[in-house]
Amino acid sequence: MSAPHHTETIFQPALEQIERGELEALQLERLKTTVADCYTKIPFYTKLMDEAGVVPDDIRGLDDLVKLPFTTKQDMRAAYPFNMFALDPHDPAAGVQRIHASSGTTGVATVVGHTQADLDYWGDTFARGIAEAGGGPGSILQIAYGYGLFTGGLGAHEGGIRMGCTILPMSSGNTKRQVQMMHDMKVDILACTPSYALLIADTAIEMGYDPASEFAISGCVLGAEPCSDNMRKEIERKLGALVVDIYGLSEVMGPGVSCECQYQDGLHVAEDQFIIEIIDPQTLQPVPDGTYGEVVFTTLVKECCPLIRYRTRDISRIIPGDCECGRTLRRMDRIQGRTDDMLILRGVNVFPSQIEQVAKQFSELSGYYQLIIERPEESDVVTLEVEPVPAFEFDEIRRIEDLQRRIAAELKSNLQIKVNVKLVEPKTITRSEGKAVRVIDRREEGKNVRK
Amino acid sequence: MVKQITVFLENSTGRLASMCRTLALADVSMQAMTVADTTDYGVARIIADNPDAAIAALTDDGYRAKLVDVCAVEVPDKSGGLLPLLTAFDAAGVNVEYAYCFASGRELAVDILRVDDNEAAAKIIEQAGFKALRSSDLVTC
Ligand SMILES: [Zn+2]
Repeated sequence: MSAPHHTETIFQPALEQIERGELEALQLERLKTTVADCYTKIPFYTKLMDEAGVVPDDIRGLDDLVKLPFTTKQDMRAAYPFNMFALDPHDPAAGVQRIHASSGTTGVATVVGHTQADLDYWGDTFARGIAEAGGGPGSILQIAYGYGLFTGGLGAHEGGIRMGCTILPMSSGNTKRQVQMMHDMKVDILACTPSYALLIADTAIEMGYDPASEFAISGCVLGAEPCSDNMRKEIERKLGALVVDIYGLSEVMGPGVSCECQYQDGLHVAEDQFIIEIIDPQTLQPVPDGTYGEVVFTTLVKECCPLIRYRTRDISRIIPGDCECGRTLRRMDRIQGRTDDMLILRGVNVFPSQIEQVAKQFSELSGYYQLIIERPEESDVVTLEVEPVPAFEFDEIRRIEDLQRRIAAELKSNLQIKVNVKLVEPKTITRSEGKAVRVIDRREEGKNVRK
Repeated sequence: MVKQITVFLENSTGRLASMCRTLALADVSMQAMTVADTTDYGVARIIADNPDAAIAALTDDGYRAKLVDVCAVEVPDKSGGLLPLLTAFDAAGVNVEYAYCFASGRELAVDILRVDDNEAAAKIIEQAGFKALRSSDLVTC
């Protein structure tokens, strides 16, 4: 019954299909309130804005956003636990309902508080994702994200409440039980991480089910970790369900900041609640639509923990043009990596993921690449080493040269810099966990040698 | 047609010796070898007595190696010996990707030709009065 036939409805058409001018007016009004709140209620922002020589009254138009200073993850860590709160969690009148925190695996956790209004707004954004996955009021929503400080479980839960779903709050773990309930209760929508969705699908198959034909599930709202196209297709095939990618960070809110629609061509940003900017992480200047850079969010409706120009360190871009679904909210691309991975080659920002995207278009190549950066003279020399697949016909030199030439041309047109391409023998590129492109930067070594 | 072994070599200088060692250990004896060399890599082309064993040994040792069908022709070991054949190929529109030759030690040379149309080439070789060799001919020559 679950051959994906989706009659997607839009959860909040007045906001998701808002006319651009109207949206900008709404954003400006909300931005002014947010900036005033930050300045008057959060000493961190009072100091930051004073240092930048900007006061709330300077914000007269959306263009004035760039006058405001950035907020970093480091700032949020330094504010542990409550110094970035506009409201006092101990004050019963303030109405801080809940606290979430990042895992803090690499240092101090970042802590974020939410009022009831914050949770409702959050729930609305996740509910948009439920609708985008084909769910609606009365859908049974199985939440297999972890519940707790992590924003996945309870964020999805808020979404289920706002949509009017029947919520099955499984949290993660006990996978056989997840499968059994999914089957017995005829679950419609699954919310969890992509890897857990795949595990649930595989477990169902191991248990003797064919979820694609025997389960009622028709949509999945998956987030909190990257999902490759292959993984998405595998989940969709095994579960017989549409997979939409949902994005968010706990500092900014949680899952729902942006979400794909059924066309799966970028994630519609909840621009009524957040202003998205894409900046060059070196110059900190905004980049044109379509260009990759660091994603920056300013919250527009948050009461407890508003944020001004928060640098996510995630790499994406605005996808230019309209989406077929009819939503007017602009789309961001799926996350391409972290700013920490960014390389500056001949003055141009390059992300290893861009190189991977180019290389994987060539069926002659295996999936491992190594980028070597050297500076023998004053200019960077960039070489991409690639391994051909066993079937590649290397007997004729012109085929090798032709392949190198085509890859180099494609890299040049995508990255705007010259990259030498070198075919190498199989298995000479060290396999590194998780990353397809290994980067070896020898520029510093070169300097030392000259000295 | 004979089977040629083609091996992709990253920086041919260092890898060539170790490739030959791999072949020697597999008891493969080479009758001819040529290396097409560029600044970045080399492609070694080898005629040997046991191509299948050679491929297995090379692949085991991590080389990218494959068998390629090439024409092997006996030609008088004197200047211009191959000319009539090349002229015939040209007239028939058969392209030669590369060629190399080695002496067989009987006042005859063996020419190896990689062409883009093996079937057409086989007919032309016969019509032009040349002797096309098979792998078994090379072992004894
Ligand atoms: Zn859309």
